[in-house]
Amino acid sequence: MGKKKTPAINSSSTADIAFLLLCYFLMTTTMGSQTGLSRRLPPMPEKDQKVEDTKVNRRNIIIVRINSADRLMAGGEPIDVTFLKEKVKEFLSNPYDDPNLPEKEIKEIEGFGACPVSKGVISLQNDRGTSYSAYIAVQNELVKAINELRDEFSTRTYGKKFLQLPEDKQEIVKKAVPQNISEAEPKEVGKK
Amino acid sequence: MSKFRKSDDREVPGISSGSLSDIVFMLLFFFMVTTQMRETENKVMVKLPEATEVVKLERKDLASYINIGPPTRTYQAQYGTDARIQLNDSFKTTTDIRDFIAAERDAMSEGDRSFMQVVIKADQDVRMGIITDVKQELRRCSALKIMYQARKAE
Repeated sequence: MGKKKTPAINSSSTADIAFLLLCYFLMTTTMGSQTGLSRRLPPMPEKDQKVEDTKVNRRNIIIVRINSADRLMAGGEPIDVTFLKEKVKEFLSNPYDDPNLPEKEIKEIEGFGACPVSKGVISLQNDRGTSYSAYIAVQNELVKAINELRDEFSTRTYGKKFLQLPEDKQEIVKKAVPQNISEAEPKEVGKK
Repeated sequence: MSKFRKSDDREVPGISSGSLSDIVFMLLFFFMVTTQMRETENKVMVKLPEATEVVKLERKDLASYINIGPPTRTYQAQYGTDARIQLNDSFKTTTDIRDFIAAERDAMSEGDRSFMQVVIKADQDVRMGIITDVKQELRRCSALKIMYQARKAE
């Protein structure tokens, strides 16, 4: 009878402590869901470098312009943003080898072999008054066009969607369907 | 004396709250893992534009943020409602971006510097003029990897 039981420690307050901690983390942190459109800016041209040497063949470039009223112009004609994707896809894939659409260059791709790669470049120009949401909408359509072309290419060659391919295959597809979007030097487009 | 006789003085046993803390701890760990520390206080209101083709930001530790948008209510009296640039914790102009990028670069380890990415977090209603200025300034400091932050549209 000399043994004495240690009294159980009341554990009901640990919940309160944990709640306090929980509230602290809820307040000070943000959910990690940051998404966006990734881009690479062209390097600044050197001062003595001529601008002329970057000129590309007329047929290899499509100019997409957004004016200050968020109106869109692609390849010389006004167009709605919903038609932009098809236009860009046609431009980049050039299925019937139209002489007005960009030429293709046979390129050796490591791990794949020779493959015709379009030399087309999308040049995106905007006005200072263009709204950011319109700009992102256009950027989104351009990326969508390229993603769909990549999907088509990868289903044709590997029988799988682009995102389901292993990384090395993705690199090959990326080389075969490059993302050539040039964000041009700022210009005044359609200023009123 | 039946075996199943009810005793009248029986009380409802108290519910043990010992496991409550375990549940809360589980919630706590969930939030600790899925969230990240908020480094700066937002001084500009940013409603991100929507896009469908978004990709995830790969390395958050390599990202520097440039917030662009109209100042929040509390700062509107002081700074107006025109879109402003926020770097770290204060309102800045495009000329300060150079210092900001240099500071961010210095904070990174040598090997990571070339992977630095600048996230442009701009409100959907800002005009492209200010963003073009920012982009030109970034090109000048050769911080070429950028990301336009956008929400994923369903």
